[in-house]
Amino acid sequence: MKRQFFKNKILIFSLMFFVSGCAGTASQKQLLVMDESQVKLRSIQTRAFDSTDKEMMMRTIISTLQDLNFVIQKADYELGSVTGEKFTHNTVLSMSVTVRPRGETQLLVRANAQYGLIAIEDLTPYQNFFTSLEKALFLTAQQVD
Amino acid sequence: MTLGTLKSNLSTLLVVVLLAAGCESIPQDVLVLAPESLEQRQIQSRKYETADEKQILSACSGVLQDLGFTLDDSETKLGLIVASKTRDATDTAQVIGATALVALAAIGGTYSDALERIDGAQRMRASMVSMPGSDGNVIVRVTFQRIVWNRRGDLSRVETINDPELYQGFFDKLSKSVFLEAQEI
Repeated sequence: MKRQFFKNKILIFSLMFFVSGCAGTASQKQLLVMDESQVKLRSIQTRAFDSTDKEMMMRTIISTLQDLNFVIQKADYELGSVTGEKFTHNTVLSMSVTVRPRGETQLLVRANAQYGLIAIEDLTPYQNFFTSLEKALFLTAQQVD
Repeated sequence: MTLGTLKSNLSTLLVVVLLAAGCESIPQDVLVLAPESLEQRQIQSRKYETADEKQILSACSGVLQDLGFTLDDSETKLGLIVASKTRDATDTAQVIGATALVALAAIGGTYSDALERIDGAQRMRASMVSMPGSDGNVIVRVTFQRIVWNRRGDLSRVETINDPELYQGFFDKLSKSVFLEAQEI
């Protein structure tokens, strides 16, 4: 009986070590997590515009983000990236938008956002963003396959 | 109810709880233009009669430094300056209220941590964007936001600053600065 109790104790201890050992590193896997399929997500987050004026596009993205109550944090013309943060429902919503050329006549705009601790992967928020951007640009956003 | 149905009900409940824990919902309207966005744009923007965008940018960074901000990031090509400062956020009214609560709790024979939960520190961020206007002028739009921590060091709240007077104050200073810089002292 005593021996059995001792055995159980060892088992519990090793289980505890195992669990506590896992707990710290398992969350590191978040680094490469993609919840939706990559292709589907890219199509939700990307639109093409018939323009080659990168500077105008980036300036319009900045003012659209400001209209949406974002405070711009960073912008890099060479990289074509703009990052902003918005405080809503006492939660931080951060968003990055990148611009790059697509062929000779178009610019590709990709946005990605996170709300608190969750990546936004729904169609509607991105659709809303591109609708605002379209209006500001007087250009139509084209779905990219 | 038999043991079997109870078990199956319990497992259904467990699955629902796990699902609910797994997917915290995101409000679908987070990227919709708010009805007050035009009004906010007017509060946060001013037009300056100059074609020299760089001069406006450099005057802005000067004003931000005058206000004790340190510059975090800038991109001249796109007319952006981002700056921030960390300051005390103690509010006298909050201190009085919390002190009264602590005293009441003490009279009632309990302990209240109200004094630890009042605002302690804040990080304020300013983001200024200039944009060449259509007829040889520059439009400047500035936005302020802040993060507030309580005295215990926990995050208390995050907010965008919307007080028109604060924006007016900033632009008054910028106007003076542009004038001074044009004078080249």
